[in-house]
Amino acid sequence: MQSPESTSVGLRTPIALELKNLRKEFHVHRGKTIIKAVDGISFSLKRGEILGLVGESGCGKTTTGKLVMRLLKPSSGSILVDGEDTTAESANSKESDFAYRRRVQMIFQDPYASMNPHFKIRDVLEEPLLIHRVGETKEERTEMISAVMGKVKMTPVEEYLDRHPHMLSGGQRQRIATARTLILRPEIIVADEPVSMIDLSTRAEILQLMKTIQQEMELSFIYITHDISTARYFTDRIAVMYLGRIVEIGTQDEVIDDPKHPYTKALIQAVCEPVSGRVGLMRELDIKGEIPSAANIPSGCRFHPRCPYATKDCAEQAEPELMDVGGGHQHACRRWKEI
Amino acid sequence: MSETTNTVDPVLQVKDLRLHYFTSKGAVKALDGVSFDLMPGEALGLVGESGCGKTTTGVALLNMPSPPGRIVGGSIIIDGIEIVGMSERDLRRTVRWSKISMVFQGAMNCLTPVYTIRKLMVETWKEHAPDASFNAAAIEERMLKYTRRMGLPDHVLGRYPHELSGGMKQRVVIAMALFLEPRLIIMDEPTTALDVIVQAQILNLIKELKRDLKLSYIFITHDLATEAEVADRIMVMYAGKMAELGMSEQIFATPEAPAAPLATSGSQAGHGSPEPLTSAAGHGSPATKQSRGPLHPYTQKLLASTPLLRKKVSELAFIPGSPPDLIAPPPGCRFAPRCPFARSKCNETEPPVVEIEPRHLVACWKAMEDPAYAVS
Repeated sequence: MQSPESTSVGLRTPIALELKNLRKEFHVHRGKTIIKAVDGISFSLKRGEILGLVGESGCGKTTTGKLVMRLLKPSSGSILVDGEDTTAESANSKESDFAYRRRVQMIFQDPYASMNPHFKIRDVLEEPLLIHRVGETKEERTEMISAVMGKVKMTPVEEYLDRHPHMLSGGQRQRIATARTLILRPEIIVADEPVSMIDLSTRAEILQLMKTIQQEMELSFIYITHDISTARYFTDRIAVMYLGRIVEIGTQDEVIDDPKHPYTKALIQAVCEPVSGRVGLMRELDIKGEIPSAANIPSGCRFHPRCPYATKDCAEQAEPELMDVGGGHQHACRRWKEI
Repeated sequence: MSETTNTVDPVLQVKDLRLHYFTSKGAVKALDGVSFDLMPGEALGLVGESGCGKTTTGVALLNMPSPPGRIVGGSIIIDGIEIVGMSERDLRRTVRWSKISMVFQGAMNCLTPVYTIRKLMVETWKEHAPDASFNAAAIEERMLKYTRRMGLPDHVLGRYPHELSGGMKQRVVIAMALFLEPRLIIMDEPTTALDVIVQAQILNLIKELKRDLKLSYIFITHDLATEAEVADRIMVMYAGKMAELGMSEQIFATPEAPAAPLATSGSQAGHGSPEPLTSAAGHGSPATKQSRGPLHPYTQKLLASTPLLRKKVSELAFIPGSPPDLIAPPPGCRFAPRCPFARSKCNETEPPVVEIEPRHLVACWKAMEDPAYAVS
């Protein structure tokens, strides 16, 4: 397979992707309402790292993924790939989008909706090659398709090539969706809830497969999910988002075993899990209500109306910035020492 | 009510229920002889992978199979009345919603967008209330009783579905299933589309309903961890059959001790070796235990593939392969092709359902023949 990055390998920086104070606002109702879907987030993704973006619906995690994919244009802030600002004016063209998407690919949530039902698996996988003009001849492309299907363990290849997507199970479809993103040999993959529609019994299998491939190909991965449990097993670091901002970020063990922000604590408390010999473990949650609208973000710390520990300061003073508690574990709670 | 279950009649008795989907390729045996009952005030959990027959069981209990499905055998007795073979008109007038109601999967996204919640509920009343009399004040009172019960503000009745959040819509849907006061409610994945925090809130609410209203319900989900919260008994289904049915305590017991300390009970459970579950069988004497724990290898595998958040295991387990084709299911145990313990007998003869300890039914040759066999 042709490897576009093999020539530039020496030039690659250790940081694959960097987001700097990224914002995305949507103006609705003829501009009367401003929805701040992403409200100033910054993080960097190391090469070969998996970062989990975790949070409830409406926290801005999918918008962030779309911004990274350049499916949306940021309102302000910048996205750096390999140290190069891709949001600059000069990079704003169809051609640069085209080149960009070869390096950054996305795995979508719904493997049932993300494939053309009229396509055979062969066509699904060939389409990106045709669009990006990779592979001179049909034979060459078929070889690439076989190789990538081997990678996602869809063998024997001949058995699947002529099938339509509806003839595959959810897990198989998500393997094909993964193969489709890999076939262009991207550097960064944005996976938006890639396993949420897949049975619990095969979820781990797909995640393990993705991780093996990620390590083999040294891919940098953004894993967007509402499921903090799979994030624990799949990611290297977790960023917890609430209402357009990151409220806590650190390695998966730091964030889950030693959460600092009350929202992270609530997310962990809300997860049901089977514990041998015990049933009915769940208690009443400390936090109340639902995530507010991004059109009406609360003053002060944006979590204070739901926070069981909130004081007057939390509501009135400026929003706390992320602070480091050592080793890159950061959180945005001013009362973290007391709670 | 639940203390006197021995003298009370069950609200639901299902015997040898069979429902097939007649497709052009042949009959898909989606439900192939399922039997269970439910006592008043009891909560039964139905678990299994997609396509194992959970939702099919739910709609069969309303005698409402989606075409080309048809109930081809067995009996469903709700509150003493046989509903298999009943006319569609009688089912609508006397059974659905007044005796048994269902919260369908994704129902919260299927509310008619041009109706207010009040109008939606009144329509339900008109369609299903046993006495067709229409007393606006009485209905209003009943609607408020149950929307309040679900923790919704009164003004919700005047709202349209798009004005409500996902959590609120799910509460509305449950209130709609409750407000004709049926004997039994089926909830099909009522929390899976919701965020964890909202999910936890709804689960707590369902537990409250059970405690306060002595509600009987069947809770369908693919997630065993949720069942541990809401179910008294758990039925594990595989490929249209019952694999295991037991009290939640039995399903979640460990062979070593009923309430083993966290550190020892799970460290082996999710190991990535080819037979991740056998490691725990080696140690721990099964003689001292109170319950044998989950006995069907499928249940054990399902438990092991649930990711544990708070207690990290080295690697997550999964079940290789996929469920069998139900047009021509395997002749023996349906799980045998994916089962790490399968022997020739498992491939040839179907295991019967046996009560292996009080109130704990299993259909597995290994569990039946090997008394020392018990794995956490």
